Amino acid sequence: MTFHRIVAAAALAVATVTAPALAADKLVVGFSQIGSESGWRAAETKVAKMEAEKRGIDLRISDAQQKEENQIKAVRSFIAQGVDAIFIAPVVATGWESVLKEAKDAKIPVILLDRGIDVKDDSLYLTVVRSDAVYEGQAAGDWLVKATKGKCNVVELQGTVGASVAIDRKKGFDKVVAENPQMKIIRTQSGDFTRAKGKEVMESFIKAENGGKNICAMYAHNDDMAIGGIQAIKESGLKPGKDILVVSIDGVPDIFNAMAEGEANATVELTPNMAGPAFDALVAFKTGGKVPPKWIKTETKLYQPDVAKSEYQRRKDLY
Amino acid sequence: MTSLLTLPTSTRRLVGIKGIPQIIGLGLVLLIDWLVSPQFFTLRMQDGRLFGSLIDVLNRGAPVTLLSLGMVLVIATGGIDLSVGAVIAIAGATAATLINAGLPVVVVVALALAAGVACGLWNGLLVSLMRIQPIVATLTLMVAGRGVAQLITEGRIITFVDPHLAAIAGGSFLGLPMPVVIIIGMLAITLLLVRATALGLLIEAVGINRRSSAYAGVNTQMIIMLVYVWAGLCAAVAGVVLTADIKAADANNAGLWMELDAILAVVIGGTSLLGGRFSVVMAVLGALIIQAMNTGILLSGFKPELNLIVKSVVVLIILFVQSPALKGIYLHARSRRIVS
Repeated sequence: MTFHRIVAAAALAVATVTAPALAADKLVVGFSQIGSESGWRAAETKVAKMEAEKRGIDLRISDAQQKEENQIKAVRSFIAQGVDAIFIAPVVATGWESVLKEAKDAKIPVILLDRGIDVKDDSLYLTVVRSDAVYEGQAAGDWLVKATKGKCNVVELQGTVGASVAIDRKKGFDKVVAENPQMKIIRTQSGDFTRAKGKEVMESFIKAENGGKNICAMYAHNDDMAIGGIQAIKESGLKPGKDILVVSIDGVPDIFNAMAEGEANATVELTPNMAGPAFDALVAFKTGGKVPPKWIKTETKLYQPDVAKSEYQRRKDLY
Repeated sequence: MTSLLTLPTSTRRLVGIKGIPQIIGLGLVLLIDWLVSPQFFTLRMQDGRLFGSLIDVLNRGAPVTLLSLGMVLVIATGGIDLSVGAVIAIAGATAATLINAGLPVVVVVALALAAGVACGLWNGLLVSLMRIQPIVATLTLMVAGRGVAQLITEGRIITFVDPHLAAIAGGSFLGLPMPVVIIIGMLAITLLLVRATALGLLIEAVGINRRSSAYAGVNTQMIIMLVYVWAGLCAAVAGVVLTADIKAADANNAGLWMELDAILAVVIGGTSLLGGRFSVVMAVLGALIIQAMNTGILLSGFKPELNLIVKSVVVLIILFVQSPALKGIYLHARSRRIVS
């Protein structure tokens, strides 16, 4: 007990030194982030900080460096600090029961960001804020139907085989294809979500489909594969964005650059702003007792070349 | 002396057989490629360089081929280098970061290669001086090296636009894509080093028996150090080629698991993991077999879920064909035919 008191006193001392204007009713949120393995992840962290500042919330971020045990440690330390809420971007789906029970016993609400988890008792967390990957694939498909009047031979660069995002983004796109009899996926292969593999796969598609002449559009499950695919199209002497339309998902800065140069046509954004909706739900829960739905879907937005330049400028320092 | 120069017929026949399984293997894979995709051997010129599936095999196979040039020597000493995939990431990250810092391309490439040599020296020190088992020694760099690369890129994909660096993969020489030219150059240098000098013989000696080589006066520590440095250098060349190809350094994915393909290439090339006799050319052939297979799978239109299964089945068949047991049966059948 005394140890805890000392820690609490020390924490309080630090808090008063670093944030003298700390209001008594300021919300304190602990955020266990996976790490910074990708540009998107780094952007998610940065946006979380910005959104917290906007609302006057004290956000404490702990970087788990892709390890679940670090995340569990971080959650325990947040419980010990007596934070008002805990955000977790879980690195894996399993193994969360006991630590979430501890949080529940301490009456600290937990909000999951970006990914769900497997637990029998879903009262262990308040809600999960994540995108709807099926809808992302569908949005990409809908755009392509509009751009080609529903008549198009598509080649698809899939994400890593078995990854849930890849499965969902395929499912959503397939749904649109099924509704349009003149739209066909003529080739589909995995590009492992990487530029190098996306390029290699697209090279083979172009050779297999009469030097690319049979291909009307390329749909990639993420922007990085699309960027690799664009290079393959260029090296085959065709014009990406014109001879072969390019649509992909994520909204990383480099794809906006490609769009500004007319080499890509559309990207469906996976917003890095997961924390914003989570803060809103948390405040509504804390002040009005309003229980949010179990899944808060983030906004899915499709961007086209008209805003590419400004979006690139806006994003390049974020990612 | 003469008996050493004129090999006995049985030995000559064995030497004659060496390499045949690999050539048959490559021929078979190419045949299957042609069956699944009839335009496989069609070549045309595109922007001043050859363009076609066959060129893709050489081009996309370049990184693993380059790795196999170093890996075959390491394996010949009885060692193994698991870190080459991570070294690719380090060299790529170094090149992309420095070119964006405005350094001239020659300096950038030199420093990226130096990073690879440094990694090789580190492995060599651990294995030769500290006598740590190669699989453990290089495993540390395999794990830590990717972390180093991520530190260099700060976890982001570093994109660059410099046309000179991009030309290392996108350029061409006499119609051949630059990576193919680089493979030929590196293969020639490796062959000169190991076959025009006694180095190859010394490497085999160390691989067969390190202690007796040392007693015979071979500087085994230096030999072992050298092969790891060469593996590091080859990996760095592969890293620069890969980075130049996609005009970006992707520390998370560049060269990921590629060390395993390089080891496989060496094994398909008939070099024993126990060390000793090795063949650089056959290792290159092994790498090309792997890539011809990968390209074939992509062209075939199979479901991506089948990629790994198809690959492992083909590899198994090739390994069966060159297994000592099968060779024994073949020789046995031949000698019986000759007798009867």
